Amino acid sequence: MTIKGLIHSTESFGAVDGPGIRFLIFLKGCNMRCKYCHNADTWEFDGAEISGTDELLDKAERYRTYWRKTGGITVSGGEPLLQIDFLIELFSKAHERNINTVLDTSGQPFTRDEPFFGKFENLMQHTDLVMLDIKQINTNKHKNLTGFGNENILDAAKYLSGINKPVWIRHVLVPGITDNDEDLRKTREFLDTLGNVQKIEILPYHTLGADKWRKLGLKYPLENIEPPSEAQIINAKKILGII
Amino acid sequence: MSEAKEAWRGFKGSHWTEDINVRDFIQNNYTPYDGDESFLAPPTEATNKLWGRLQELQKQERENHGVLECETEVVSGLTAYGPGYIDTSMKELEKVVGLQTDKPLKRAFMPYGGIKMAEQAASTYGYKINPKFSEIFTVYHKTHNQAVFDAYTPEMKRARHAHIVTGLPDTYGRGRIVGDYRRVALYGIDFLIKKKKEDFANCGSGTMLDDIIRQREEISEQIRALDGMKQMAAVYGFDISKPAVDAREAVQWLYFGYLAAIKTQNGAAMSVGRISTFLDIYIERDFREGTLTESEAQELIDHIVMKFRMVKFARVPSYNQLFSGDPIWATLEMAGKGMDGRHMVTKNDFRFLHTLENMGPSPEPNLTVLYCSSLPEPFKLYASKISINTSSVQYENDDVMRPIWRDDYSICCCVSATETGKEMQFFGARANLAKCLLYALNGGIDVKTHEQVGPELPKITSEYLDYDEVMHRFDQMMDWLAGLYVNILNLIHYMHDKYYYEAAEMALIDTDVRRTFATGIAGFSHVVDSLSAIKYAKVKPIRDELGLAVDFEVEGDFPKYGNDDDRADNIAIWLLKTFMNKIKKFHTYRNSEATTSILTITSNVVYGKATGATPDGRKAYTPFAPGGNPSYGAELNGLLASLNSVAKLPYEYALDGISNTQTISPQALGHTLDEQKVTLMNAMDGYFDKGAHHLNVNVFGTEKLIDCMNNPEKPEYANFTIRVSGYAVKFINLTKEQQLDVIARTCHKHL
Repeated sequence: MTIKGLIHSTESFGAVDGPGIRFLIFLKGCNMRCKYCHNADTWEFDGAEISGTDELLDKAERYRTYWRKTGGITVSGGEPLLQIDFLIELFSKAHERNINTVLDTSGQPFTRDEPFFGKFENLMQHTDLVMLDIKQINTNKHKNLTGFGNENILDAAKYLSGINKPVWIRHVLVPGITDNDEDLRKTREFLDTLGNVQKIEILPYHTLGADKWRKLGLKYPLENIEPPSEAQIINAKKILGII
Repeated sequence: MSEAKEAWRGFKGSHWTEDINVRDFIQNNYTPYDGDESFLAPPTEATNKLWGRLQELQKQERENHGVLECETEVVSGLTAYGPGYIDTSMKELEKVVGLQTDKPLKRAFMPYGGIKMAEQAASTYGYKINPKFSEIFTVYHKTHNQAVFDAYTPEMKRARHAHIVTGLPDTYGRGRIVGDYRRVALYGIDFLIKKKKEDFANCGSGTMLDDIIRQREEISEQIRALDGMKQMAAVYGFDISKPAVDAREAVQWLYFGYLAAIKTQNGAAMSVGRISTFLDIYIERDFREGTLTESEAQELIDHIVMKFRMVKFARVPSYNQLFSGDPIWATLEMAGKGMDGRHMVTKNDFRFLHTLENMGPSPEPNLTVLYCSSLPEPFKLYASKISINTSSVQYENDDVMRPIWRDDYSICCCVSATETGKEMQFFGARANLAKCLLYALNGGIDVKTHEQVGPELPKITSEYLDYDEVMHRFDQMMDWLAGLYVNILNLIHYMHDKYYYEAAEMALIDTDVRRTFATGIAGFSHVVDSLSAIKYAKVKPIRDELGLAVDFEVEGDFPKYGNDDDRADNIAIWLLKTFMNKIKKFHTYRNSEATTSILTITSNVVYGKATGATPDGRKAYTPFAPGGNPSYGAELNGLLASLNSVAKLPYEYALDGISNTQTISPQALGHTLDEQKVTLMNAMDGYFDKGAHHLNVNVFGTEKLIDCMNNPEKPEYANFTIRVSGYAVKFINLTKEQQLDVIARTCHKHL
């Protein structure tokens, strides 16, 4: 029996969500309530499009010719790990079809408790790359920003390092919230303990998602915060060792 | 022949030395280049000075409402003027010389297409043509325009007036004929005259049938034009009767051939052709002989490109509405592959692209890469980089064109292929199929004018449109339109041949020429989505007091072209095939071969303006989507879904081309230029491997367009170039209406 996924949307052309050109699948549902979230419309499970794995992969394969040597599919969200059973089937079938798989996750559902952990180990068998957000290295600030502490997320990073799974770290740079020099230095120190980080990306905060909050009848919490300046971005890149 | 021996020293092959066969010369002598752009040279001091001066002139031209000066006293011709230079005080800096008139950017007086239009073009910009010409070209000599209107039927005039056939070359030169200008360099004029004289001697058996009489007269005209070219070059101190002996002469000789064309014709498109690989052969020989440096080679290319950037014609406002931004389509090709499987990328292809770095972005010449995924990666990446930085390059699929046009074709307009020196084209503008669909609903009555333009068929009167009934009526209406359209074009081209024959261009094409008859479709995506709405949703016409469907209410969702959804895309394929098959049923002038296109240039705005609301939800008198593009707002699944839909259209049914223009935000392509280059290359590899024909690539965000529209005086926008259907324009030269239209189109910017 095939498992159905709760899908927010798909996008045929993603070039900044993993290596090469990728077909993007956005899943519904997320526990976090990040203040800068630009996909607030994916938080709840309601209103999802329900799709089976083969159906999704058939759709993705219409774009295989654009993937060339590097592309494939990326699952994002929402938080895809909330639908881990669906993900396991999707990625294992993708590998049967020789499709490269990327998981874009916040790591929030990660735990070494069962039954999640066994499933996660299984999922990693069929995942070529994990894109992991480290939103804030300071757990208190993390809790303030997202509603959750970051201990299990950092643990997820350590686990992935332990199994030597390729990881890209993404850090959304929000002035006044995630760009403190000391926090960035600590982030770098933490990353230095990992052996599997292939790339660190700074995603400069942008306000394109604010409208979605308003449409959902929510007040946008970062109303007065501007995107970072070029100088702020360069500063963060230097501290994180990107340049 | 000793001069030829000297000029051809070191060249291989023999067929091309006996007969005119530039392709054979190229295949025997070109040097494929697999490396990257690191060899390229910056602009020389001379280039910077001349380009600086030309930019000042272009600024003056803009300040003077788009025209620097119009000729009022001299009828343009090969020898109408003495020499002209960008700046007489710097003329020794010009490595390539020759202007259309005696001054840079001055627009020539060309009355043969139509004296009224020539007068109106001048008067629009405050110039008055000497009245004696009005008498000469009405009383003593007829023009093309007059001749066409002498022969039109009332039905043709009604169809033209209602814009169901539109953009017709009955008031302007048809263009789209590419002389093989390389022949001037390779053979010299005397050899070309000798060959044409042989053709004349062998033309007919002495029985004077229409086609033989016409052919003999045309060959004589061609020989006269070749003589005129020699005199034209002599004015600048060059003797082009003999072949070019080195790269500088080859560039200059070739340009003189092109100059002859633009002095005698103001055709809608005046393409340069596939000259890059050809010229590289001369440059490589000079390198071997130690007589040329890379910097000098680049200077030659920069200077000929500067000349192509200067081509101007005096045109009437209605023409500018159709083809905005003052385009002349000096289309010029790079790359492609040979029939033997070798790629044809040379160092010169890099040099032509590099002109966009040395002298900044520019809409002309219309630089076109004949693309396929198997071209060398360094070249594909360099072209991608130039696209990302300048948005001035278009791409056409060599893999779909080569099997049909072989490996020496040129692009004769914006996107249409033609075998260089072997073919000419009867350009046919467009039939408005969106309007045709409305005629099908309304019994041939135009909702805008209430005139009975089409045949008086029964109106559709049901409350909701029935798909089968609409298709039946639409089929009948397309039958009528196809027949009328072909006959209008037959008439126009008969008169164009008779009164405005392109002797200079045809002199550089084989006498036994293959002719294509290039029809076109406007409103394509709107017809497809309208039929899809009728089929998959419920469409209720809103009728006026005459019972004409003037608006539509759509209940429910329906698939739209541009989402890789076969339900809509199959309608698109059906529409193209059906229209093409209808066109083919009719006799076409001079036994030409009928083709069709889905490309509308910027005229999508004008055509839309003349067309009522359509069942896909498009409002009355608003722009169509351009060319083969999906409709505005229809694309809901991102760039690749849209590309997949367009790629499904079979090129074999639209041999005149299917244009597709896409705008991508740079951030959506990647975080760094290196990432962006690779992404764009992969996207094009994928798209063209699917069999798509054409892609215009714009890389910028909507914010930049809005800022440019509001602040056109900013220096950084003086040369800000964007690609529109099949060509490029400076954004500041578009009308406000067209600027808004461009801004409204989808920008793919998933971040």
